Amino acid sequence: MKHRKTNVEPVEPAGEKPEHQESMTRPAKPEARLGREVQARIGQQLRAMYNDVVNQGVPQHLADLVRRLSDGDQDQV
Amino acid sequence: MKLDPAIRDQVLATVPSLRAFAISLCGNIDRADDLVQETLLRALAHIDSFEPGTNMPAWLFTILRNLFRSEYRKRRREVEDADGRYAETLKSHPDQTGRVEFEEFRAALAKLPADQREALILVGASGFSYDDAAAICGCAVGTIKSRVNRARTRLADLLAIDSVDDFGPDRATRAVLAGGGRN
Repeated sequence: MKHRKTNVEPVEPAGEKPEHQESMTRPAKPEARLGREVQARIGQQLRAMYNDVVNQGVPQHLADLVRRLSDGDQDQV
Repeated sequence: MKLDPAIRDQVLATVPSLRAFAISLCGNIDRADDLVQETLLRALAHIDSFEPGTNMPAWLFTILRNLFRSEYRKRRREVEDADGRYAETLKSHPDQTGRVEFEEFRAALAKLPADQREALILVGASGFSYDDAAAICGCAVGTIKSRVNRARTRLADLLAIDSVDDFGPDRATRAVLAGGGRN
């Protein structure tokens, strides 16, 4: 078996960058001035606020609703 | 017709994040819970259109968002009045951030245009991929990326986060003073 490209960087056709790399390397765009730490901080606060609700779990009335509907009582709600 | 328990459990498991997303849209926990309830009713009535093995959270978020959008058009003013009342909906503020800082963040988030806030929350808080967020919002992936970037830039401006120093002792001291101290 021939080794294929094991020792070389993956070759990408020009102008066809994979999308996931875009978010990691965006040098010339205005938002690049947002530092990594600032973005991390915003993300952290966002998740803290969101998770505050997530951690409340499933309210009883919604859990009951799902169970009732799952048992086939769709017409009686 | 009985629902497959595995599907039911997937629905139940998504409810907490559905609520968090709904609150971020409505700004009011009672309306958010109504919206979640409506979403669950709609979803379970049309559960046949859910393909097992596909992304249940994305499916439910899409239904919730569509319901909110159609209701929003009818009740625009009320929704705007409710905007920014996020704090009332929370039982507690996150321990790891100061009260003042948290309030500032919440207020800044409420000032973002709705489509930017929505995109930022889907990607930055709900943890959806850009592709899933685009599917949920019915727009192009590039549009989601640009909304998220604009949201982050605007948030940083609103919060005047120019350097890490803003999170240093001065800011902490201010938070304690404004909050009347913690002890």
